[in-house]
This record gives sequence, C-alpha cells and structure tokens, in this order.
Amino acid sequence: MKKFISGNEAVVEGALIAGCTFYAGYPITPSSEIASHLSVRLPQIGGKFIQMEDEIGSLAACIGASLCGHKVMTATSGPGLSLMLENVGMAIMAEVPCVIVDVQRGGPSTGLATKVGQGDMQQVRWGSHGGYPIIAMTPSTIEEVVKFTIEAFNLAEIYRVPVFVMTDKVIAQLREDVDLDSLQNYPITNRKIAGSSEEFLPYRAETVTDVPAMSPFGGPHLVRASSTTHDQHGRPTSDPEKIAFKNERLFRKIQDNSDSICQYQSDLMPEAEALVVSFGISARSSLQAVAEARAAGKKVNFLKLLTFWPFPDKAVQDAARGVKKVIVPELNWGQAAVEVERVLGSQIDVIRINKTNGLIIQPEEILEKL
Amino acid sequence: MARPPIDYLYYLRAEKLPHMWCPGCGIGILVKSIIGAVDELGWDKNDIAFVSGIGCTSRAPGYMDMNTLHTTHGRALSFATGIKMVRPEKHVIVISGDGDATAIGGNHFIHAARRNIDITMIINNNNIYGMTGGQFSPTTPYGARAATSPHGNIDPAFDLVELAKGAGASFVARGSVDNARMLQKFVKDGLAHHGFSCIEALTNCHTQFGRRNKMSDPIKMIDWIADKTVSINKAKRMEAAELEGKILTGVFHNDPDKLEYTDSYAQMVERVQAKKAK
Ligand code: SF4
Repeated sequence: MKKFISGNEAVVEGALIAGCTFYAGYPITPSSEIASHLSVRLPQIGGKFIQMEDEIGSLAACIGASLCGHKVMTATSGPGLSLMLENVGMAIMAEVPCVIVDVQRGGPSTGLATKVGQGDMQQVRWGSHGGYPIIAMTPSTIEEVVKFTIEAFNLAEIYRVPVFVMTDKVIAQLREDVDLDSLQNYPITNRKIAGSSEEFLPYRAETVTDVPAMSPFGGPHLVRASSTTHDQHGRPTSDPEKIAFKNERLFRKIQDNSDSICQYQSDLMPEAEALVVSFGISARSSLQAVAEARAAGKKVNFLKLLTFWPFPDKAVQDAARGVKKVIVPELNWGQAAVEVERVLGSQIDVIRINKTNGLIIQPEEILEKL
Repeated sequence: MARPPIDYLYYLRAEKLPHMWCPGCGIGILVKSIIGAVDELGWDKNDIAFVSGIGCTSRAPGYMDMNTLHTTHGRALSFATGIKMVRPEKHVIVISGDGDATAIGGNHFIHAARRNIDITMIINNNNIYGMTGGQFSPTTPYGARAATSPHGNIDPAFDLVELAKGAGASFVARGSVDNARMLQKFVKDGLAHHGFSCIEALTNCHTQFGRRNKMSDPIKMIDWIADKTVSINKAKRMEAAELEGKILTGVFHNDPDKLEYTDSYAQMVERVQAKKAK
C-alpha cells in the first residue's frame, strides 16, 4: 500500500527499515520532525530515543550506542552540523558506524532557518579537521529518501564510518506516495562481528583496504576504541609505520571502493550537446528543464547524483563525453560545480546556476542556459 | 578476614606501562583508588565501560584492562550516556579532569547530572590544565598563578560539589589524595550508587600548578591539600573562623531513591507498549 509521506517522515521510515534502534538529537529547524516521529516510534519497538543538550552530545551519544552494537542516527541542519563536526572526525578515527541526516537550510550562520539551501555539501566533505574520506547521499524524491537512508545505514555498517543523508528544507516537507510495504524487503547489511573464540583486536587489518570486524561493548571481548591515532590494539601509537597504515586504510577503504559506493542516474542521448548535472532538490528542477528542452528538440544529457561523496567522477566523465557545455544548478555558490570542473578540466565549459536567496531554482532558469 | 592483596596488574594493561604521568602525579593515587574500589565491589572487568575525554586524567582508561573509550575533549559523558542508554545493566565510569569536565564539558556535565543517569563521574580536580601546559581552569583558586594568569587568576572558581548537587546528581562526594583510603571509599560508594554519582578528587599537579605556586614538589602539594581540607564531620565541631578558606571533604548528598534515567526510560517504554497492545 502506498503512503503519502514527507521527506522527514521518509528518513524515519528508512531508518526503521534499516534497523535503527537508537536516536540522539537536538532540536533544529527544519529537521525536528525526524526527532518527533522517532520519539513516538522508537519506544514502541523498545529502541532508545534521547534528546541531548546539544548537537555535540548528540553525535557523541550515537557513537557510544553504536559501539554497543546498535544502529544509530542523528538528524540536524547547518548550525547543528557545524557543532557535530569534531565528533564526525571521532567516528572516522574510531571507525564507528553512524548515520547523520542534514536537512539543509539557507546559510551561512543561523541564516535562513525556514528556507531551503544546499550549502553544506563541501562542509560534510572537509569540515572536520585532519582529512578523511566521507560518504554522503543526495536523494531527490521521497522514495529515494527512504531508500538512501537505508543505503546510508548499510554503507555505515560495511565501512565503519559516519554516512550523511543530505536533504533540504523543501524535500523535508514535500509529500509523495511511497510504497513502504515493498521497501520493507530492501536488502539490509550488518557490520562484521568478530568471532567470540578468536583473539580480538579492535582494529585488526591485514591490508590497507580492510575494514576491521567489530565486537560490541559488553560482548565476549574487552573492547578499546579511541579517537587518538592508534595501532590495531586501539593503543595510541607514535610509530610512523603504524600511523601511516591506519591513515591510509581510513582513506582507501572508501576510496578504493568508490565505484561500488557511488550511485547516480544518468539519462544520456546520442549526440547530446549539453549536460545537466544536479542533485537533491535542484535535480527536480533540472529534470523538468531537461524534459522541456528535449521536447523543444534539444539534445541534452542529464546526470542526477545520488551519492555526492565520493564524487562520481567517472559518471560525470561519461555523461559529459562529446557535449559542449555542462550546466550545474545548485543552491550554493558552486559546491558541485567545483567538482565537475575538477573532473572535466578546462575542456568543457561549465556553467553554474547558483541561488542562495532561500528559493528553489525554477526550471526556466535552467532552460535559459540550455 | 583480611581481604587478599589486590592484583593491580590484573586491571592494568601491563604492556602500556610505564605510564606518561609525571612522577608523583596525584592521578596515580586516584587510579589506584578506582582499581581498589572496583576490586572491592568484585565487578567483572567486562561489565565495565571506562570512558574519558582529553587531558592528563583522560589518559587513565588507556592503562586499564576494561572496555575503554577515549574520546574528544569534554564529551566523555555524552559518549557514556549513549553506552548507558543501550546497556543499562553495565557499569559506566567516566574519568575527567577539571577542565575537561567543567569548562569544555560543563554542559554535558550538568545535563548528565540532571538526568540522574547511572554513570559515575570521577573528576580529578588539580586546579589546572596539565597536559596543555598549565593554563588556569574553572577550578583554579582566585589569585593563583597559571600559564595564562601570570598576574594571579581573577576568574572565580566553581565549587564542583555545589555544581553537581545543583544540577541533580544523586550522589556527590569530595575526597582528596592525602587521604587515599577515604577517597577509595567515596569512589566505591559512588560506583555502587544507582544514579548519577559525582566524586571530586582533589589532587596534585605539582608540575603545572605547584611549580607556579611555590609547590613544585609533590609532597609539598599534598601537604597543602591536607592543610586546606577538613572533613564535614570534623567541620561540625569547628568554629566559623577556623573554617575560613577550608575545603570540606565527605559525602555531601546521597539520594538512592531518586528516579534513575534508564529506569525511567524503561518505565516509559513499558507504558507505551502496554498502550499499543490494547
Ligand atoms: S602535568 Fe600535572 S596532571 Fe599532568 S601528569 Fe604531570 S603532574 Fe600529573
């Protein structure tokens, strides 16, 4: 049966299908409905919901619960995300699966609490100090919000990393029909658990792409987890070889698997002259602009990014093959465009459509450039 | 019958020794009292999660052979809250310095206390930031010298006992390293307490605090601590003038009946599920 649900509700449905049993968060517009719904739903299934004193504590509590074997999530918006960033680095370093939903609003600073924006895309990539790879999903339909929230949990479990689901104020409140019944059978992945008989090393890895098996706090092994650079035992280390191995592994476990992580939809046509690359709410405007352009006889390719990080370089290259211009509409000053430019070099003209006035991009604004 | 001697190495990660603390640092006495208290309680190591943030004190879990979590500066209680929420049957201990606990972590401290979640918060109060080089902390006494108060500290200090009590902790005690047996007793009672317990330990950082305040030798500092502290029982028999400038030690608050947070959560879940079943 189809249900008419909002983007924020879709996050909740996706999380529950994925097996989320712990939520910690702090109120912030326009994400707060996610917390409200989970405060109803989690106690019903015996899960845990806690409203923390701030976003810093929220992500910290999530990490603690995840180390005990739970699937965890928090949701926020720009200002809250800024506060969380230190512990994003903590989750990266300690290798703790968690899902962070960022319902983007207009910025900078407290900015536009009730208006749309897409200005956090580079922040999630580079925001925490020290450098690390990240996975971020950018669904643009409500059904995709459900699916990619589930995917976010799966990827967090597979790679032991924080994964971002990036929506925005408009998607959060937009309602569409979603067949939740059929999504109940969506494939679910759980973290690799260390066998109870073997000698347990919390960060056991043979190669630089390995993801160590976990053992929950309170389970069969004594567990050490640490935000400080550590060896395979979880002990702080100053040995350059061990440091290099750990840091390269943090990077390569994601980088080397980019192809299997990246998801996108590309709608290509022969002899296309232009390409539109977009994501999230701006992909919806783009979709309509592309349809209208094609109806008017123009040959246009369309690439919708569902994984923004790792950035799908290859998909962009393929979609841009032979075109004369690439148009990148987004609600910020070019955070996707800089990636497209990086991928394509100077061979193709990249036209930016940027809007930061709290409104979405209209299809006509894209059509003008096609 | 006398208790058998404690096998300290059983609780320590021997391969991590020697530790990084300065010789004579008060943290050693505090860690010994924690091990002693855990041993007296007879707890299984695997049932303990020992969590810390950043600072000299926060290095303690690194030496302990328990489930340990070393986290970001000031946030240990929030990580611990997540653990306790999903593993209410486990013993969750946080160890934190005065800066970690009450400056950068002050918000988490008062809210963990307010919830009365069953976590034991052990604050190593040596009145200074040790690891970062001796800057004044929220508990540095008025007038004391620190790397960032070269002309004497003008910041008023927190009274951690009052702070913990006011915020809602249901067990609050203050001990000091000059009386290690009493300190161990408070730690033990705090660990055994069901609810948020806060044990403040007055300790010596002779390297960073003492050196700048004419007490660079640990013995001198411990004498200074002994001299300024008075147990609440003794204080009852003392005149106000004698108590001027003294710091009281003892158990200041103990309410074992106060509703604990994870119990409260479990009750709520029960109500919700009973309603749903109808
Ligand atoms: S600096 Fe102070 S607190 Fe740190 S180890 Fe040395 S004496 Fe102890």
